[in-house]
Amino acid sequence: MDPDKELLLRLAQTDPSGLGREEREHLALLSRQVLEQPLIMVNSTTSGMVAGAGETWRAVEHYLEERNIGAEIRETGSIGLLSEEPVLSVQLPGRTRLFFRRVTADRVPALLDDIFHMVIPAELVIGQLPGNRQETWSDIRNLDNIPFFALQSRIVLEHCGIIDPFSLAEYVGRGGYSAFLSVIRRYTFSEVCNLVIRSGLRGRSGGGFPTGLKWKTAADTPSDQKYLICNAEESDPGAFTDRYLMEGNPFQLLEGIAIAAYAIGSNRAYIYIRSELKDSVKRIDHAIRELRNFGLLGDNILDSGYNLQISLRKGPGAFVCGEETALIASLEGRRGMPAPKPPYPTATGYLGRPTVVNNVETLSNLPGIIRKGPDWFRSIGQKDCPGTKIFSISGRSRITGLVEVPMGTTFDVIVNKITGGVERGRELKAVHVGGPLGYMIPPALMDLEITYENLKKHQLGMGSGGILVLDDRTCVVNMVRYFTAYVDKQSCGKCIPCREGTRRMAEVMERICSRPADEPDQSALDRFRGVLEMESLSGVMKDTSLCGLGQNAPNPVMSSLKYFREEYEAHVFDRVCPSNICTQLRSWFIDVDLCTGCSICAKRCPAEAIIGTPRHPYFIVQEKCIGCGICYEVCKFSAVYYK
Amino acid sequence: MGIRLEVNGREIIAEKGETILSALSRHGMHVPTICNLKELSPTGACRMCVVEVEGLENLVPACSFPVEGELKIKTHSSRVLRARKTNVELLLSNHPDDCLYCERNLSCELQSLAEHLHIRERRIPGKKRSGGIDRTSPAIVLDPAKCILCGRCVRVCGEIMATSTLDFAGRGNELKISTSLAKTLDESNCTACGQCLNVCPTGALTENIQFPGLEPHLSDPKALVMVQYTPAVAVSLGELLGYRPGTDLGKTIPVLLRRLGFDFVVESSLGADVMIMEQAAIFQERKGQEKPYPLITSSCPAWVQFCEMNFPELLPFLSPLRSPAQITGILMKERFAGQLMHGKKRVISVLVTSCTAAKREAKSGEMTPQGIPVIDFVLTTRELAKMIRLSGLDLEKLQSGETEAPVMIHGYAGKLTAAAGGEAECLTRSIYRQETGSEMDPSKLQRFRIHKSYREATVKTGKGSLRIGAVNGLAEAVRLLEEIRAGRTQLDLLEVMACPDGCINGGGQPLRAREQTLRARTKAIFDLDNGAEIRTAHHNPDVNRLYKDYLGQSGGETSRSLFQTAFTGRKDN
Repeated sequence: MDPDKELLLRLAQTDPSGLGREEREHLALLSRQVLEQPLIMVNSTTSGMVAGAGETWRAVEHYLEERNIGAEIRETGSIGLLSEEPVLSVQLPGRTRLFFRRVTADRVPALLDDIFHMVIPAELVIGQLPGNRQETWSDIRNLDNIPFFALQSRIVLEHCGIIDPFSLAEYVGRGGYSAFLSVIRRYTFSEVCNLVIRSGLRGRSGGGFPTGLKWKTAADTPSDQKYLICNAEESDPGAFTDRYLMEGNPFQLLEGIAIAAYAIGSNRAYIYIRSELKDSVKRIDHAIRELRNFGLLGDNILDSGYNLQISLRKGPGAFVCGEETALIASLEGRRGMPAPKPPYPTATGYLGRPTVVNNVETLSNLPGIIRKGPDWFRSIGQKDCPGTKIFSISGRSRITGLVEVPMGTTFDVIVNKITGGVERGRELKAVHVGGPLGYMIPPALMDLEITYENLKKHQLGMGSGGILVLDDRTCVVNMVRYFTAYVDKQSCGKCIPCREGTRRMAEVMERICSRPADEPDQSALDRFRGVLEMESLSGVMKDTSLCGLGQNAPNPVMSSLKYFREEYEAHVFDRVCPSNICTQLRSWFIDVDLCTGCSICAKRCPAEAIIGTPRHPYFIVQEKCIGCGICYEVCKFSAVYYK
Repeated sequence: MGIRLEVNGREIIAEKGETILSALSRHGMHVPTICNLKELSPTGACRMCVVEVEGLENLVPACSFPVEGELKIKTHSSRVLRARKTNVELLLSNHPDDCLYCERNLSCELQSLAEHLHIRERRIPGKKRSGGIDRTSPAIVLDPAKCILCGRCVRVCGEIMATSTLDFAGRGNELKISTSLAKTLDESNCTACGQCLNVCPTGALTENIQFPGLEPHLSDPKALVMVQYTPAVAVSLGELLGYRPGTDLGKTIPVLLRRLGFDFVVESSLGADVMIMEQAAIFQERKGQEKPYPLITSSCPAWVQFCEMNFPELLPFLSPLRSPAQITGILMKERFAGQLMHGKKRVISVLVTSCTAAKREAKSGEMTPQGIPVIDFVLTTRELAKMIRLSGLDLEKLQSGETEAPVMIHGYAGKLTAAAGGEAECLTRSIYRQETGSEMDPSKLQRFRIHKSYREATVKTGKGSLRIGAVNGLAEAVRLLEEIRAGRTQLDLLEVMACPDGCINGGGQPLRAREQTLRARTKAIFDLDNGAEIRTAHHNPDVNRLYKDYLGQSGGETSRSLFQTAFTGRKDN
């Protein structure tokens, strides 16, 4: 169904109202409002594939082949419901599209049988997506009416999970590339800059720096060459926004890059992507080639006189390479280590030239802003912080996935309303926002409205937008221990406070969570001291570290110490893990009624902490126990238990 | 255009675009630094120079923060001091606590920082770094446990010496200084220039100390211990013994060395004079030929090795001579030892030099025919100072009271080889004489003595002319050699010195010399030449006697077999 080049470009350039009847008909086909045959779309992004979308795809193919049914089967991105994968959508000609959850391969035949007989299995259907000239299914909820979608404002994620990421035609059919074409036709470089300044768009990677101003600095720096770099080095555990934007709608990102590059007067752009994001690489790579074919990239784009080359560069996968100066160093082929700022990359960046580094989400916002205007953008979110923010929700949440909400939405709405809170019978303990450099936020602050300033007021931040939901089965101290260990491994080692500080912090956290075999008398005091030192150390790390990694490394520790101090105290003084997660801090006992006195536990105990006489119940000496749990594993009578 | 800065309540004027650090130091305000090196790009790694700038959330590193507008700065507020102190404490937390056994005890920058910040308590405990010490190189010892990862050596090795032997490897707390593919220093592409030792703040990079092994020989009556010292040692040893930079101890050192127990003393400038005679002869041979021309000097062992590894196609251009120290060493063992044995059983040949590469050179197969080294021990200027301190000799008394000077042999023009451009200069004097038959006025080359990494001059030699060049610092040399390879620079003679400013700034010299110190050393060398009666190699009576009695014709059979060698291209050591 690939349209010819000229028609596609005409469609992209013209206002739909100015199109003739035939062209409008074509547009409807491209955007799949009108279908010639049934369409089945399988979410083939990472989350889908992990849940078995590959098998689902083959099952669908097999089904259609076997029954000789003429239907189109296409890949798509994710609609955000990652815990409901594999998600499959079906659109019959003339009807609205239906979305189904957890369609594993074994469910495919029954599901498709039902649909082709116009029966909708209620237990699998998520909802229907209303569309023009399409008859709705009765008794099926619209997606917009489902709590997960109802409270979201999906402007960046709008097409994710709906369009085919491999089809430029479909993106254009849904209004894509009209923004870029109007930019190169109608605006000067600085007009685009001003437009974005007026929109109030701010960098979505955590810092919240006004995007337009960043551009302006680079645009105003005289140079023979300028560079735009898209930062797609998303390596936070628990953040997957950029990945799904790239996998779900690569053309939107590339259009954004083209707009940004034009705005700063650059004709060379790079996408610096983590090499592990294989699916994103595949889609972006395909998209770039497609755009070149259609003349939307390259020299003298559509006779506008503007040249643009976009290249994909795969990073080796270091957390610190998400920092812009380290990213630039890595791009230049050097060790990915950050450099002091100022001078900022906007003055001397890649190869010493003015360079703007924007993140994927920021750039993906641009086509919408240009198409609908800065005032439209300003009408979403907050006054000083317009637009939306995409959060990736993971952890002990009932629904995990991607959520796009207007700035100013509270944590409560996101965590409790949109993703349905924690499991029934469980209690929310904390949300951790912003990955390993993020913050532990207690339930008491759930009503906080999320904007850059508001969070900063509480010494918090949103980082890259990963939200980890923790319920009462989680040990906050242990969670923080994990983050400190992660950051310790990821520090580049260049500056002292980060290199040494993260290691010392990790060591202290390790000591709090573990029980050494022979603990000297002073150790409780040492642990306490360690915590105290950690607070003062954190201050210096924040104050003197070279880049954001070191400056933010103490965040999890500082925020959890502030809001969950009692958990630390239990670990440090009572040597107890209240949530029973830190295995080494468990207290082990032997049930006298169940113990047969077989003595196996005493024989296997590495600390010789179990005493007794054979054929009589054994006993664990708490002072000697190191909490390894071997007795629990070897006991054949389930007599060993822990508190 | 000046910009006003308010520093600790006082006002100073800074230039637009300069760093806070340079503005502060121009006004005599001291901020501690570790990673900063004046000549090299700031990295902002050590965070020791952090200052408080009003209106900025975090402390900023003075070394890299450019002054663009008026600033209010606090350099020693309690917040700043706490930050500096904590960072030093962090460095100490895993630093091995063996200051008393460390080569850099009392000359260690980390030690003095800890002292200045009054650290008296181990507030942050950590696991001590240990192991991984690399003693494979005859010249340089790398002890990663003591490394505080300031990156000075990395930048010197890459930016100035263009060898990039050392670089960072690993991440975070596992970060370390390493050679490529973690080879040992001996197997790496290290030229042993030793510039890294001169900038290392701690004991992580030190020279391979040899003087303790020498001591037993000095007191052994059966051993004839002969020593040579280079002219660069003579003008810089004083700095380690309390004299002003640039003090020439050329008259004291022979006496001193005799008192330390050496039986025979000679200055390596003798070998340098011989080398110049030989080189002039080689120049004569090659002149007028299409190739290999220009003649490139080979007196710097670090340069020769660098050339073998990186520019093998230029090797034919190199003069085939050994270094002046090796030539002197050969003369000592082959010529002088026989005259001095007097029943002694063994000959020990010692070199005191500013050069660490000489340590490696002395151990190389080329310089150890039949496994017997030409030079047995190579000591640096620093090691000699240690020996002197150990001996308890009072230099002042020696200078005034000593009359029994030993038979002293030295070179004349050869002393100039210690300074960058010097070898080219004295070689020109001999070539001039060769070409024209008359003596050259030394002041003709006054312009050649400017303080620059590359200098060039043209000397008229009767009908023809001689175009000479001298380059120091390997990175600078690489730039020039690329040009020569592209055929851009027309030269007759090129001197290459690996170390910036030549031998007076060698890897074995007093540590962390500032620019004024280097200038003072250079000036001392030039002053010696200006004040000398004999200013050419071919007028050195000792050299002439040597040629008459022993060597025959310069460039002849004997000297060729003794002093010439062959260079071979290779990947690494």
